Amino acid sequence: MIEVRHISKRFGATVAVDDVSFEVRKGEVLGFLGPNGAGKTTTMRILTCYLMPDSGAARVAGYDVVDDSLEVRRRVGYLPENAPLYQDMDVVSYLEFVAEVRGIPPGERLRRIKNMVEVCGLGSVIGRGVGELSKGYKQRVGLAQTLIHDPEILVLDEPTTGLDPSQIIEIRELIKEIGKERTVILSTHILPEVEATCSRVIIINEGSLVASGTPEELDSAAGGEHTIHVSIKGDEATVKAVLSGMAGVRSVDGAGAGDGGFTRYTVKAADGGDLGEKIFRAAVDNGWTLNELRRETLSLEDIFLRLTTLEPGERSVE
Amino acid sequence: MMGNTRPIFKRELAGYFNSPIAYIFITVFLGLSSWLFFKGFFVVGEASLRMFFGILPWVFLFFVPAITMRLWAEERKVGTMELLMTFPVTDAEAVLGKYLASLAFLALSLALSLVIPAFVALLGNPDTGQIVGGYLGGLLMGGAFLAIGLFISSLTENQIVAFIISVVVIFGLFILGEDFVLFGLPDRLVPVFSYVGLGGHYDSISRGVIDSRDIIYYLSVIVFFLYLNVKSIEVRK
Ligand SMILES: Nc1ncnc2c1ncn2[C@@H]1O[C@H](COP(=O)(O)OP(=O)(O)OP(=O)(O)O)[C@@H](O)[C@H]1O
Ligand SMILES: [Mg+2]
Repeated sequence: MIEVRHISKRFGATVAVDDVSFEVRKGEVLGFLGPNGAGKTTTMRILTCYLMPDSGAARVAGYDVVDDSLEVRRRVGYLPENAPLYQDMDVVSYLEFVAEVRGIPPGERLRRIKNMVEVCGLGSVIGRGVGELSKGYKQRVGLAQTLIHDPEILVLDEPTTGLDPSQIIEIRELIKEIGKERTVILSTHILPEVEATCSRVIIINEGSLVASGTPEELDSAAGGEHTIHVSIKGDEATVKAVLSGMAGVRSVDGAGAGDGGFTRYTVKAADGGDLGEKIFRAAVDNGWTLNELRRETLSLEDIFLRLTTLEPGERSVE
Repeated sequence: MMGNTRPIFKRELAGYFNSPIAYIFITVFLGLSSWLFFKGFFVVGEASLRMFFGILPWVFLFFVPAITMRLWAEERKVGTMELLMTFPVTDAEAVLGKYLASLAFLALSLALSLVIPAFVALLGNPDTGQIVGGYLGGLLMGGAFLAIGLFISSLTENQIVAFIISVVVIFGLFILGEDFVLFGLPDRLVPVFSYVGLGGHYDSISRGVIDSRDIIYYLSVIVFFLYLNVKSIEVRK
């Protein structure tokens, strides 16, 4: 649905996007992560035909963003960062305007607008001027504007900024719902949002792609260590020797015998894959009592920080 | 109106009336024109619109940039440019929609000023040919001013800057063909300047001499600046 091939974009001396390629398939919700100034907005602007890439090409819904820009724009719903709106209109006439520009037939406009008012929770501000709405309501009007023509592809630049917690949850649910049949690309700084809504994640930093994959894939791509906490009743020296002998294990720390004769161990390994299972079997074989076996998962937050703060050479890309 | 020019036109025209600005503009325009006109009318005591049409370019010099200054500058400032340009609207449709809205607003103001000739007609016997010519010339010249002002509005995000630059540029292009400029020029350049100047063509039309060359001149100026406008929007990409 979206195909990005080696696009670059510079503004004067700043390279905003540097040779970025990725793909988004139909029915995917792609999360776009990166620190401030990473190039997320610029990439989205290229995909929505607001900017042209200096080099490289992008296809959206099968159309080239430069050569067939109108066709692309017809099929995309775009929510720009901070949801800019025509301040001098009221909510309904604004949505009417967008509906007309989007080519929705006159007979159908009212139905679509009503639907959007309901979906985006605009009932209480219907006759108000757009300029006098609170930030969260502006964001909702922006979303309504984005969805009104029922687009195949949604490009949302930080869609939940300024919303209250319950609205954030509603909007995330909505995005997930839409994402089932459509294609969504959304940028955000809120990492739990990615975990909650996205089927795939892309991380960019200083204009370059540093990682891409499902949240789980990124977990292993980040390559770091996996940590397993176990609590075992048994001879400490033997336990340590057995655990250390397992494939991939780098270190085993024992915290000394605690309550009920259990000792807590922290096992660090290069590959966490089936280590938990191996430890469980070893416990059975050796007649130890196992009380706790907990795998510490690296959060997306850790991955993000790791990938965006490392020097270029040390980054591990998927 | 082609494709998506219509919704843009409608939105912009409604935009004038959504704020008190439109009413202030129209009142100031009508007030100023009538005041300048009647001042001359009662002093000279002549039932002619010659003075009204003589004043019109100078009123337009400030009135037109005030109409156009907001049209693009505001979009840039508020960021709605990004919305507009990612809607399925071509650059030309957007420019044309805005231009036609400003033209409609100007035409409406001009139409309201018909009270002046109506008043003159009550008192005397004004020359109808001159009135028709004056209004046609006014609309064409105003239309050219609008195209220039709209283009300049697309170059900045500051409305006041757009206003000032528009006044300066229109003034510059206007006086090019005026006698006091032509006077100081080498003979070879006189016809060029007097042709390019925005004022001379209006003078002949408003005398009631409707020559297609003058009409073509204004239409070319309009097309030229609308074209520049389309290009200036493309540059952002
Ligand atoms: N119109 C522009 N003119 C000049 N520089 C620009 C322009 N737009 C973006 N940039 C620069 O390009 C880089 C990428 O900006 P971009 O807005 O794409 O980042 P972002 O990832 O969206 O950041 P944020 O998380 O803060 O929204 C930045 O260094 C920015 O200063
Ligand atoms: Mg951004």
